[in-house]
Amino acid sequence: METDGQRVIVTVVGQDKVGIIAGVSGILADYSVNILDISQTILQNFFTMIMIVDISQAKVDLQRLQNILKEKGEQIGVKINAQHEDIFKYMHRI
Amino acid sequence: MPINFMPEEIMETIHMVQVENLDIRTITMGISLRDCCDPDIKIVARKIYDKITQKAEKLVQTGENISKEYGIPIINKRIAVTPISLVGESCNNADYVLLAKAMDRAAREVGVNFIGGFSALVHKGFTKGDEYLFSALAQGLAETERVCSSVNIATTKAGINMDAVYRMGKIIKETAELTKKADGLGCAKLVVFCNAPEDNPFMAGAFHGIGEPETVINMGVSGPGVVLHAVRSNPEADFGTLATIIKQTAFKITRMGELVGREAAKRLQVPFGIVDLSLAPTPAIGDSVADILEAMGLEKVGGHGTTAALALLNDAVKKGGAMASSYVGGLSGAFIPVSEDAGMIRAVEQGALCLDKLEAMTCVCSVGLDMIAVPGDTSAETIAAIIADEAAIGMINKKTTAVRIIPVPGKIVGDRVEFGGLLGTAPVMPLHLFSSKAFIQRGGRIPAPLLSLSN
Repeated sequence: METDGQRVIVTVVGQDKVGIIAGVSGILADYSVNILDISQTILQNFFTMIMIVDISQAKVDLQRLQNILKEKGEQIGVKINAQHEDIFKYMHRI
Repeated sequence: MPINFMPEEIMETIHMVQVENLDIRTITMGISLRDCCDPDIKIVARKIYDKITQKAEKLVQTGENISKEYGIPIINKRIAVTPISLVGESCNNADYVLLAKAMDRAAREVGVNFIGGFSALVHKGFTKGDEYLFSALAQGLAETERVCSSVNIATTKAGINMDAVYRMGKIIKETAELTKKADGLGCAKLVVFCNAPEDNPFMAGAFHGIGEPETVINMGVSGPGVVLHAVRSNPEADFGTLATIIKQTAFKITRMGELVGREAAKRLQVPFGIVDLSLAPTPAIGDSVADILEAMGLEKVGGHGTTAALALLNDAVKKGGAMASSYVGGLSGAFIPVSEDAGMIRAVEQGALCLDKLEAMTCVCSVGLDMIAVPGDTSAETIAAIIADEAAIGMINKKTTAVRIIPVPGKIVGDRVEFGGLLGTAPVMPLHLFSSKAFIQRGGRIPAPLLSLSN
């Protein structure tokens, strides 16, 4: 299940609390997903973390990673999406 | 590698999908069946089944994979084939119901919910294959689940084939009767066109035109909810500003279609055809074209000003979308199917929206009188006259128009009909009670119009 690009945008939205970044980055490390950049901000009163990650060396494909992150999100009470970077490129850049 | 996007941009995309119902309405694979001819109808049926199941084997799985990876829902995967009237023409006295059933089986096998192309193009007249198709049309729709049919009865260059119009009036009545246990559901899968596009990805009118390649991927995008949100967020904007906001939104929506279409075409090793720049409503709350028109300032859709509002909306969607895609085609415009749009249903039930206003609206948008339920005792001649009016609008204005009308057996004005799923709920609408019979029974063709001296 490969596409040309290997970069994925991971977004984490929810109530701010201790350990969100540790929880998510721990999972990513477990599966050899390389974090290229992280930003976090408060948007409309919600903690919002955006990561750009590289899955070219990952032990799992994108669909499997999405499921793993979704489960983790449910555990720690935040919503996690992982989407191929191209969707944002297409929508927001000409 | 820094993040190239603003957090607001990323969250905007996610919000559009999760809250505003942005989705890809359909990935439609067009498949040519021109090589399926044989003098024996049973062999034609087998060739049709084999070719569709082979070409579209991976369509559904590919669509689902793309949907997950990009995080954007793709609601339907569908197939459009060469008009069947052409495919079985080499047979003698053929029973085309067999071909409809072969299409149905193939659609079930590959897991698509609709397959279009049980179709004929008869704007100048009937060939042998067209006659076969017309004889089998009602039964073919009644005895299959997923087969959709369309018939082109007029073009700007050929005029209107009024014999075909009358026959379609009768076939629509017959189809309703044969599917009366399901409230005439067969008619929801039958579209009568003027100026039918050859690359339309939307059902029920999709077919694989004769100028198309062997196989092709065409996309239909959706997104009334996203446009609605944008319009509601700008209650004070003047029309120029409003048009710009809609254009920008349509651009973003259409980019999704372009991305998904190109990716699907690449993975399936099929040429990418077009993106259809359409606003396709669903019965879901907030996913309504009527709601957009009301958000523009109309108390109810159907009131005075509705046609102007729709003209602005339709044009802005096209302008924004045209820049977002390298190839645009299909129907391209805002759809106004009554039963599939919660706001339209509400307006009809409150007496704000009538058939005459809908007809006026079809002059400025895609695509026509769509998913209209009318009383079961409506005559074939009246239905034919409705088709003729709509075809005249398309013919004169050089645009696609269509009629998808359901004379619901046993129902009267004010009743409600549940078709379920994306087909929604239709209020039975009143028609003019004066007869058009003598007009329709004249027969022949309405000549092609003069294209200059345009007033």
